[in-house]
Amino acid sequence: MECVFGMVGNGFSLVVADSSAVHSILVHKSNEDKIMILDSHKLMGASGEAGDRAQFTEYVQKNVALYQFRNGIPLTTAATANFTRGELATALRKNPYMVNIILAGYDKGTGPSLYYIDYIATLHKVDKAAFGYGSYFSLAMMDRHYRKDMTVEEAVDLADKCIMEIRSRLVVAPPNFVIKIVDKEGAREYAWRESVKDAPVSNI
Amino acid sequence: MSRRYDSRTTIFSPEGRLYQVEYAMEAIGNAGSAIGILSKDGVVLVGEKKVTSKLLQTSTSSEKMYKIDDHVACAVAGIMSDANILINTARFQAQRYTFAYQEPMPVEQLVQSLCDTKQGYTQFGGLRPFGVSFLFAGWDKNYGFQLYMSDPSGNYGGWKAAAIGANNQAAQSILKQDYKDDITREEAVQLALKVLGKTMDSTSLTSEKLELAEVFLSNGKVKYQACSPETLNKMLVSAGLTQPTVEE
Repeated sequence: MECVFGMVGNGFSLVVADSSAVHSILVHKSNEDKIMILDSHKLMGASGEAGDRAQFTEYVQKNVALYQFRNGIPLTTAATANFTRGELATALRKNPYMVNIILAGYDKGTGPSLYYIDYIATLHKVDKAAFGYGSYFSLAMMDRHYRKDMTVEEAVDLADKCIMEIRSRLVVAPPNFVIKIVDKEGAREYAWRESVKDAPVSNI
Repeated sequence: MSRRYDSRTTIFSPEGRLYQVEYAMEAIGNAGSAIGILSKDGVVLVGEKKVTSKLLQTSTSSEKMYKIDDHVACAVAGIMSDANILINTARFQAQRYTFAYQEPMPVEQLVQSLCDTKQGYTQFGGLRPFGVSFLFAGWDKNYGFQLYMSDPSGNYGGWKAAAIGANNQAAQSILKQDYKDDITREEAVQLALKVLGKTMDSTSLTSEKLELAEVFLSNGKVKYQACSPETLNKMLVSAGLTQPTVEE
């Protein structure tokens, strides 16, 4: 089952997400990317109803882009987080989106930041956050090993520890994960942790 | 000749002019003037109050300067009833932005949103344009201190020093001569008072005819400060623009 988590290190933020697309007991896909690169310096990791996740993250991404086109300046991570929260809060009272979000970004002056936003429009600025069944294990691991001054290598190492814990302790553990990073150089994919490859489609 | 095109805002004259918009600008030429000056450590706004009657009791101490948000203020020249509507929308836009993003609205965006409203009234049928010019003074984290001037057509621009209202061309040309890029806020106040002293009709300036407001940073936070009549009087005396009153 779904596992999305993230943390802030020294000069960067990191987001990890499982990459399973499941329906009921069936796994449809194990290379689904659940971390959207919102703009040059923002990452949005999301879990929840697959359709809502795709729709909502794209909606936020396009709005952030529109803001930048209109005003010639990028939206800060804090502003994006509040905008996202506002949209979820409005939707919550009409036709709610079933999505939980971990928003990571890097801003000039402010540095790296991480925001926890859930489907009932809760917003917290945090150093480490997690959603889904995996959160029980990843939060525990991060509580034990997290430090504010971690380097990228140390943080990725901790992320690997979390993944290891999820794989060994969670009954419904997803096989594959993706790790993305945002720092002053920008937002980018960092690595995949795959234990299952999608079976190649035969031509017969 | 132009009568056929005068009465309609939405129609171009054969020479390609919009008369109603031009008349709106003309209306502002008769209004009390206002001057804005950008300095390295703040923005200064000075306005001329037209005293219509001794018997008139002004409900507010300020009639030309309005605070839009914690970080933006404006000076007005033109029809005040029109201005009140626009100031209201500006304040509304600023709060709406803060509600959505939990951040102060960038100054240019605020000016632009207001000018979009103004522009709308020069194009969509049956309405007259707003007979108001504004000077916006503000600060934001992207571009620091800023000064904008807008007119009834919905045009706006960023300025180092600008004048609106009566005699604005004379004021503008004095400003052009005397403005220096590294001007301080105090110097900007002096310059603004000097310019108004030259362009206003009245011989001596008093705090009854003037308003002064400043936007600057204090302890890293933006501050809007309207000058009290007493301080303004002292400034005018020290600048030699008015005679000290007998009582003092």
